[in-house]
Amino acid sequence: MLRLEKLVKTYRTGDQALKSVDLNVPKGQVVALIGPSGAGKSTLIRCINRLVEPTSGKVWLGDTELTHLGAGALRRERRRMGMIFQEYALVERLTVMENVLSGRLGYVGFWRSFARRFPQSDVDEAFRLLDRVGLLGMADKRADELSGGQRQRVGICRALIQNPALLLVDEPTASLDPKTSRQIMRLICELCAERGLAAIINIHDVALAQMFVARVIGLRFGAIEFDGAPEALTPDVLTRIYGEEDWQATIRKVDEDEAEASATAEAVA
Amino acid sequence: MPVSEGNSGEKIWRRRTTGEAMVRWLAWLAGVAVFVWCWNRISATTTWFFVWDAPRIAGDIFDRATPPRWSYIEKLWVPIWDTLNIATLGTILALLMAVPVAFLAARNTTPSTRFIRPAALLVIVSTRSINSLIWALLLIAIIGPGILAGILAIAIRSIGFCAKLLYEAIEEIDRKQVEAVTATGASRWQVMAFGIVPQIMPAFAGISVFRWDINIRESTVLGLVGAGGIGLQLSGSLNTLAWPQVSLILLVILFAVVLSEWISAKVRSAII
Repeated sequence: MLRLEKLVKTYRTGDQALKSVDLNVPKGQVVALIGPSGAGKSTLIRCINRLVEPTSGKVWLGDTELTHLGAGALRRERRRMGMIFQEYALVERLTVMENVLSGRLGYVGFWRSFARRFPQSDVDEAFRLLDRVGLLGMADKRADELSGGQRQRVGICRALIQNPALLLVDEPTASLDPKTSRQIMRLICELCAERGLAAIINIHDVALAQMFVARVIGLRFGAIEFDGAPEALTPDVLTRIYGEEDWQATIRKVDEDEAEASATAEAVA
Repeated sequence: MPVSEGNSGEKIWRRRTTGEAMVRWLAWLAGVAVFVWCWNRISATTTWFFVWDAPRIAGDIFDRATPPRWSYIEKLWVPIWDTLNIATLGTILALLMAVPVAFLAARNTTPSTRFIRPAALLVIVSTRSINSLIWALLLIAIIGPGILAGILAIAIRSIGFCAKLLYEAIEEIDRKQVEAVTATGASRWQVMAFGIVPQIMPAFAGISVFRWDINIRESTVLGLVGAGGIGLQLSGSLNTLAWPQVSLILLVILFAVVLSEWISAKVRSAII
């Protein structure tokens, strides 16, 4: 589905954020990308939809190679990649509905979007998605009136209404409290399963990642240091990714939390 | 820095070192000396007789100007309406031109930092640097006296002001919101409409009413040079020493300005 070949990003300052990254994400797989700050997680995600231009290497989305596309073709391919951001990145002064519908901008002409006359099918889909994430009553609120968790749900709707094949998720829980973090991660993973979406999720919280995803990739200094199942994240591996630290607590927490997490899930459902 | 050691080894802290304190004293001394010297120069070239006489003359003019000639108001309705129109139309025209200039001047939206941005900045600086009275004089020479010259003078003078404040607002927007809209596959114009415009709307509204408020005041004097509005009546009355009319005109201007300040305050608090 998504294939990165020798992807390199060197910033103008000379920082090499990515050193020849090779990665293959099959259809429907949710991958967590972990690693210390500055390891190149955000850069990796942004090089895929070219919010950051990669220096060299190739990005294959299905059968299309993205790094050589012109502006118009790139926009068409961006529609297939939904993106979810760390601090939600909603347009604060627009309503929830406008924010969700902005996910359809790639499909609608300028004047229709400017006059907010989106096709009825898009509006129907927006209501369906808002209902799915539990924000149906909020459609008319302004985005800056919502709480953090609610905003991230709107961000999820905006990404999903693009009808993407791939989700790029940049630190979705970094500014949320622990409980909301889990709810958001669970929601993202459920939605990916429902729709058969592949996803790359940047995440700081190793325990949270282990809880929800099938595959973890560890990035260190712009190179892949670990690629495997979440169970294989031993203290040794974490030391290789992050450096020396006592990892027992981080890992043990997962087993204890599992029971509590499923209890919360039932409460929320 | 100004930390030194005392005789018994304790640390002494003072705000400034001795050298710095001396420099500051000398600077103050120089400042006072210049002030005194200027005072003497001005005093030497002033005809003090007129200055001592000033309160009596001012009182005399005040006596002649009161009470205002209220009946003259009939001849003022049209000029004050013209003045308001000059300010309003001038502001609208200025905003129409300032918006594109601002987008060309803002570092994050300009198509070319090397050529177009300096050109846009030049437009901003040049329109801002010339007073609207002078623009009016120039325009009267070109298109003849009247309201149109006044509207254009106000418009041109306001472009730079509005565009400067607006491009600063554009440069301060949250880039993440723009990034998010870009990531959906939106076109350049859609990114502008959905990512940038909502963020600068409050600034735009604030700038518009602020400039409109200023322009009402500026347009009251444009008539002095023949560019339409109430200033024409003012200069006519001043020239014929018709002081009761002058005082009425000043009252009308005061009323118009207070009204405009009230409206712009209302609009601003409604939007922000």
